[in-house]
Amino acid sequence: MTTLAERRAIGEPLSRRDGPQKVTGTAPFAYEYRFDNPLYLFPVQSEVARGRVTRIDPSAAGALPGVVAVLSHENAPRLADTSDQELAVLQARDVSFRGQYVAAVLAETLETARYAASLVRVSYDEMPHDVELRADRGDLYAPEHVNPVNPTDTEEGDFDRAFSSATVKLDETYTTPMEHHNPMEPHTTIALWGAGDLTLYESTQGPYAVRETLARVLGIDPDRVRIIAPYVGGGFGSKTLHANTILAALAAVAVEGSPVKFALTRQQMFSGVGYRTPTVQRIRLSAGQDGHLTATSHDVVEQTAKIKEFAENAAVPTRTMYATQNRRTTHRLAALDVPVPTWMRAPGEAPGMFALESAMDEMAIKCGLDPVEFRIRNEPELDAETGLPYSSRNLVACLLEGARRFGWAGRDPRPRARQEGRWLVGTGVASSTFPVVRFPGSVARISYAGGGRYVVEMAAVDIGTGTWTALSQIAADALAVDVADIDLRIGDTTQPEATIEGGSSGITSWGTAIFEAARVFRDRHGDRPAEGARAEAAAAGNPEAGNYAMHAFGACFAQARVDADTGEVRIPQMAGVFAAGKIINPKTARSQIIGGMTWGLSMALHEESLVDARFGHVMNHDFAGYHVPANADIGQFDIAWIDEEDHHVNPMGSKGIGEIGIVGSSAAIANAVFHATGIRVRDLPITPAKLLR
Amino acid sequence: MKPFRFDRAGDISGAVATLAREPAGEFLAGGTNLVDLMKLGVMEPDVLVDVRRLTSGEIEDLPDGGLRIGAAVTNSELAADRRVRSRYPVLSQALLAGASGQLRNLATTGGNLLQRTRCVYFYDTTTPCNKREPGTGCSALEGCNKDHAILGASPHCVATQPSDMAVAMTALDAVVVVRGPGGERRIPAAELHRLPGDEPQRDTTLEHAELIIAVELPPLAFSSNSRYRKVRERASYAFALVSVAAALQVRDGAVHDVRIALGGVAHKPWRARKAEDALRGRPAAEESFRAAAEAELAAAVPLRENSYKVPLAGNIITRTLLDLTGAP
Repeated sequence: MTTLAERRAIGEPLSRRDGPQKVTGTAPFAYEYRFDNPLYLFPVQSEVARGRVTRIDPSAAGALPGVVAVLSHENAPRLADTSDQELAVLQARDVSFRGQYVAAVLAETLETARYAASLVRVSYDEMPHDVELRADRGDLYAPEHVNPVNPTDTEEGDFDRAFSSATVKLDETYTTPMEHHNPMEPHTTIALWGAGDLTLYESTQGPYAVRETLARVLGIDPDRVRIIAPYVGGGFGSKTLHANTILAALAAVAVEGSPVKFALTRQQMFSGVGYRTPTVQRIRLSAGQDGHLTATSHDVVEQTAKIKEFAENAAVPTRTMYATQNRRTTHRLAALDVPVPTWMRAPGEAPGMFALESAMDEMAIKCGLDPVEFRIRNEPELDAETGLPYSSRNLVACLLEGARRFGWAGRDPRPRARQEGRWLVGTGVASSTFPVVRFPGSVARISYAGGGRYVVEMAAVDIGTGTWTALSQIAADALAVDVADIDLRIGDTTQPEATIEGGSSGITSWGTAIFEAARVFRDRHGDRPAEGARAEAAAAGNPEAGNYAMHAFGACFAQARVDADTGEVRIPQMAGVFAAGKIINPKTARSQIIGGMTWGLSMALHEESLVDARFGHVMNHDFAGYHVPANADIGQFDIAWIDEEDHHVNPMGSKGIGEIGIVGSSAAIANAVFHATGIRVRDLPITPAKLLR
Repeated sequence: MKPFRFDRAGDISGAVATLAREPAGEFLAGGTNLVDLMKLGVMEPDVLVDVRRLTSGEIEDLPDGGLRIGAAVTNSELAADRRVRSRYPVLSQALLAGASGQLRNLATTGGNLLQRTRCVYFYDTTTPCNKREPGTGCSALEGCNKDHAILGASPHCVATQPSDMAVAMTALDAVVVVRGPGGERRIPAAELHRLPGDEPQRDTTLEHAELIIAVELPPLAFSSNSRYRKVRERASYAFALVSVAAALQVRDGAVHDVRIALGGVAHKPWRARKAEDALRGRPAAEESFRAAAEAELAAAVPLRENSYKVPLAGNIITRTLLDLTGAP
């Protein structure tokens, strides 16, 4: 068990330390660093989904004044390692998905580069492509494991026997569409190559991860690569490392000495920087007369790219959510001629829990039970997947507190029972979960600057979540000083190594390192250090990891209003109650949860990347066509925390809140829409077209 | 973006004369649509002739009780005008249902009428599109077409006209005043946009170098009893799935007169004359509204993904007319 530090700063709702810079436009984002005479990069993207480039004619582009170079597989610098085909940019003739970079223009202005890119003539030997995910494909396969290292399939008890002999059962298929992350700031890079040193100003979730991969792919010493990422305008899983960054680095190598600026357009954000796979999820549940689940299965079909596998873990949350004697979960993939899918905020949990929590709502109705009560009745003692006790599990407290705050008591369970004017009104609930993830390898360095001030350094990164503030609070408590005395420095690989911002792991991984460095610092230098005193320490793995199952939980409630004439859905009210350990900063945490629940609403009602299978790419590739909610779509959010002290997870007692906000929201809304209308939409998003009868 | 020449004429005739000499030129007003299309390479004019400051920015009373709206009046100004709000609420509501505050501040009356379709294939220069490149084929016919036309489409194009304002103006029998190389002419709003036929590259009946200089709203005794209903997939900042602009006059419980136009269903704002004709003299009640809507929509030919538009259009015609009777 970890000893929790005395908390003075942790738990305080401090305003963002970087707030004034952000709102005055002085916080520099990667693309905003100023250089004299930069070159601008604009890519040429494949117009076939599969085939080979037979000819590149750069003459018209190259003849434009201001064009410096046209790169293609014919003349681009060679990469040292092309084993990761997603990153093997401009190395071969092969085209593996539509939108793949097949050439790029470097020019003195962005406008020239863009226009010149449109003049590069590319000829293809086009081959038939296959981009359609269907559950009845004959070529589905079982990956070795699913994201990140979960078993592909699990089986407890005898599902088939239990399910076939049950009297109350459900067998339904739920589908979720392809979705794209679209952070407000697109992927941006300024790359500079000179004298064997590569420097990137990069919009990334992991400066060190970018450094290591770039060094390997380019075949240079990691120590000669520097990544700078002080502020990042959102990532959501898309800003790990994709072909765009490799292309920028390649271009910089090609024009040694000139800074190369590369910012993706919104349209380019829809090919090649990741997306959430569409899913087809069959769920079967059976229960006894007492409302206890007797059998549960969750069989998922997803897509991946032929050039690289990503296996979304959509059925994984079903392994831990509810008690059931007999359980089976499976994942199957179709490898298609498509860009590589990737982590997208709550990968696995977001689509998987839409399916499971919709099915739980349907099953509660079949059992004649209130959906809150049905969930409580199936609360497990131990984590079924590992057989371990939970370090803390307060799902029931979340459901009860959420029900109290939302005014759930006395709800008429009949669908389409409540109408106000032309609005059909309903309410719904769903559970949320997300695992506690800690990546090993983060290192923090603390030095005493004199005058009571401490410099805390590590190459962590704030992708908009409030990391600048939360890590300062953690450092203050770790050193037992005021937050004002912490000079935090993050976002640069000249600082000690830090793991990526992903898996809701940032605070756990980095905060643990800061606590460890503070302990070493005080052991070595005491409470009155000399100026310049310094200590560095790495976060160890969690010794409790083998003893407990560690997850955050939550409950989401939603009211839906559906126009009886048009099928328009409005969500005036949502409540979210979360048990996520100690909340480091309730103010920034609330913002993250608002963002998460908004995303859940977006997933429920709006987001869908429409692929035209004839062409192989996303057609609605801008914000006119790919909808996210506008302000007018968002009503009241009531967000609350269960006071949870978890001494097993990390020295802060915190569990990570970056992703859990999205997880239950989509199902809560789908369940509320059913309650309002009597129409069960099992295929997201829930659009007017699906509600018009 | 393809390089272009920027020209700012001194007056309207100068602008018209300039563009008449430039077959690949375009007028530029608010630029909220044209500049986007140029960035994407969908439109590649050689010359832009800035007309923003040439046409009137005023809304004037006409002697007959109507209004004359200068082509440079912004969408924000037009929506906020007291006369428009009291005499033609359907127009103000249509404007406020479109775009965003920022865009409405920049977009002009003339430009709004001429905004181009939001068909995803029109916007993607890597796919065939008869409107963008005549003769290449219509990708939407068998593709992503949930937003596309159910009325008046052709095998060459199933795109829809996106302007909300144009739908309201069509219902109000507005007149579009244009100046071209041959002088001035007046076009009924319902005849400004056209059906695609075999020339989907032509959105409107305007000839090259014809400039919209004003829109006139004729007086209509019952236009104050009008409203715009727009259905979209989110609460704001989205193009219509289907919209309806309607004005209704009831006498002794019967429909004395009515105007109905639909948006999001065709290559032009769809004046629902069949429904109007079916309604005059009928009881102002749900049953006749529904029957009139069905009469209008009998000609609908839905595509694979947009059959929902037929019941949706029927429902909002019925509901909007009911609302205009003051029914609960």
